[in-house]
Amino acid sequence: MMPGAVMMPAGPEKVTAARGAISLSHITRIFAGSIPAVDHIDLEIQAGEFFTLLGPSGCGKTTLLRMIAGFETPDEGRIVISGREMQDVPAHQRAVNTVFQSYALFPHLNVEQNIGFGLRMRGVRKPERKKRVDAMMELLQIGPFAARNAGQLSGGQRQRVALARALVNEPEVVLLDEPLSALDAKLRAELQIELLRMQKRLGMTFIFVTHDQHEALVMSDRIGVMSNGRLQQVGPVLDVYEKPRNVFVAEFLGLSNIWAIEPLGGGMAAAPIGVLKIAAVIGVARMAMIRPEKIWIYNDTHAPQGRENVFPGTVREAIYMGASTQYRIELGGGGFILALDTNNQAAERSWRPGEAVAVELKPENIMLVEA
Amino acid sequence: MGTAAQGEARSRAWRLWITSGPGLFWIVLFLLIPSGVMLGIAFFTNSDFGSPVLPLSLDSFSQVAGYGILGWSGANFTVLLRSLLQAGVATSVTILLAYPLVFFIVTRPASLRPVLLLFAIVPSWTNQVVRTYAWMELLNPFAPVSHVAQVLGIIPPHLGLMPGNFAVLVGLSYNYLPYMVVPLYAAAEKLDWTLVEAGRDLYASGARLFFNTVFPQTLPGLLSGIILVGIPAFGDYVVPQLLGGDKAMMLGSLIADQFTFSPDWPYGAALTLIMLVFTCIGLIVFRRLTQRLGGGEGAML
Ligand SMILES: Nc1ncnc2c1ncn2[C@@H]1O[C@H](COP(=O)(O)OP(=O)(O)OP(=O)(O)O)[C@@H](O)[C@H]1O
Ligand SMILES: [Mg+2]
Repeated sequence: MMPGAVMMPAGPEKVTAARGAISLSHITRIFAGSIPAVDHIDLEIQAGEFFTLLGPSGCGKTTLLRMIAGFETPDEGRIVISGREMQDVPAHQRAVNTVFQSYALFPHLNVEQNIGFGLRMRGVRKPERKKRVDAMMELLQIGPFAARNAGQLSGGQRQRVALARALVNEPEVVLLDEPLSALDAKLRAELQIELLRMQKRLGMTFIFVTHDQHEALVMSDRIGVMSNGRLQQVGPVLDVYEKPRNVFVAEFLGLSNIWAIEPLGGGMAAAPIGVLKIAAVIGVARMAMIRPEKIWIYNDTHAPQGRENVFPGTVREAIYMGASTQYRIELGGGGFILALDTNNQAAERSWRPGEAVAVELKPENIMLVEA
Repeated sequence: MGTAAQGEARSRAWRLWITSGPGLFWIVLFLLIPSGVMLGIAFFTNSDFGSPVLPLSLDSFSQVAGYGILGWSGANFTVLLRSLLQAGVATSVTILLAYPLVFFIVTRPASLRPVLLLFAIVPSWTNQVVRTYAWMELLNPFAPVSHVAQVLGIIPPHLGLMPGNFAVLVGLSYNYLPYMVVPLYAAAEKLDWTLVEAGRDLYASGARLFFNTVFPQTLPGLLSGIILVGIPAFGDYVVPQLLGGDKAMMLGSLIADQFTFSPDWPYGAALTLIMLVFTCIGLIVFRRLTQRLGGGEGAML
């Protein structure tokens, strides 16, 4: 292969996988003397997909990205990118570019040279290089500090340069390790849209790591929730949020009320707050969960009569969050429940601490989860 | 107000004097005064016993430029050029040896590194003269190495690898290697390896990866090393004296001769001044280079 050449879409194996598709099987990485950082991960990512990895600090997200990029060798498992087995392909020959969590900008180069680095290494001629770098700088609003040294930038500016440096190469796969974390809310929202647009336009596969659930929900085609080096659940955003597989996913993604339950038969189950009617088939499930925004709150005098899962209670805490208010309600039968109500008719539908209310948990909104 | 600001300025001036005082004292006592004396001596006339006497003259400088009773000779220029060349080549050799050595050390486990570094430094704790004598043993005409060189036809039979320019180069490179290794190691130890990964991520490999990601980060250390090796090697006396012989004379031994064998103090002083001038030029050039390339932080100057 030519120096600096980038792998071709179809590898020697002649597998007809789409350009940019990623297949991970049994990927494991164990650092000396510790528990696995990445533990038997199986994952198929489609070409052109926007895939988001979510998970608490230290769960192995960066380690997984590093193995895909080729900086780290899996102790076990196979990585296939665009149909080509990556075992013997060094990092510089992978059509994968990384936006590093620590930015990793070259301090001895200015912003423009940083962005053009990959193109230069691939032997793209100066005029062409300049055109592409300029276009990318324009897109990410980098122009005003293009001539500065990488050391003289703010965190947000660095992040944009790191993004530009990866994206300008238009690789098959882009690995983004919390690429927007240092940006202010407005710029962040703008860049989220810009990133999505570029990703769709150029058909690149994105693996995106974020701590921000809102960001994950807004941007992703699918998300994977990781914990302790394992993937807990993978699926379209809506599925994972609405039907979390287990307690970890439910708690990690959004707010939730979770109870241990005891099946009573006939779709009924005993929970700490009282007997619940549950629409789903209970089977062997022993935990139930409901999202706060799926709970209806009524003035106690307007509580619906003769319906299942209506519990009287008292508001103990009301946290105004702008578009909605979050309530902590103490139920008559003991225990607390978290409920969220939109502030669309503020005067009528807002409760103060101490007020008596009733909550309704519709049976179809109660989800069964694994422990 | 004005008085407060003045008071502040005055106390700052005091602090400056107190903190820099000892260093300044040292420099004045051991650098400026002797250099001044040396400068003075250079303008005296040589007596028959080699000591400086009146009247003042520029004779010693014309002697440095090569004018003597026998007319002009280029011998001094040869010695100066040889000194520059030997220092330059020896510095290059230490660079070529130090890079692989340093990167071998920094890529070992952290607990092993201090020991390995020590192995590279420990020889410099013994006297330079002793170490140079060791090289005399190794390179003399009867040493096995010289034998091999004779058999291979690299040197004529019955001659050794020393005395000569080659032996001086070996001696200088060996003696000053630790002064290249240490600053380079300091730079390499705090190397940001994610930058190397970023380089690999952006399609660089091999030499291009090295020169675009590793080299710029070690540059401040390298520049320090060049100064620490180049300048003393340029003025070295022991090595050319012991390993050089007549044909490999360097500035250091030429100067020493003027204070011992010849003797001719004014001439020796003038030679010393020439050496100081070259050293200063070297320092200034590298200072500039460091500021331009290393972004200020770095080279120990
Ligand atoms: N080079 C290494 N040597 C030893 N342990 C490591 C190394 N790199 C990572 N680890 C460990 O592997 C685990 C996963 O680390 P990783 O950096 O992948 O987490 P992460 O999910 O990216 O976390 P964060 O969200 O904080 O960035 C951690 O426990 C970490 O301490
Ligand atoms: Mg990380």
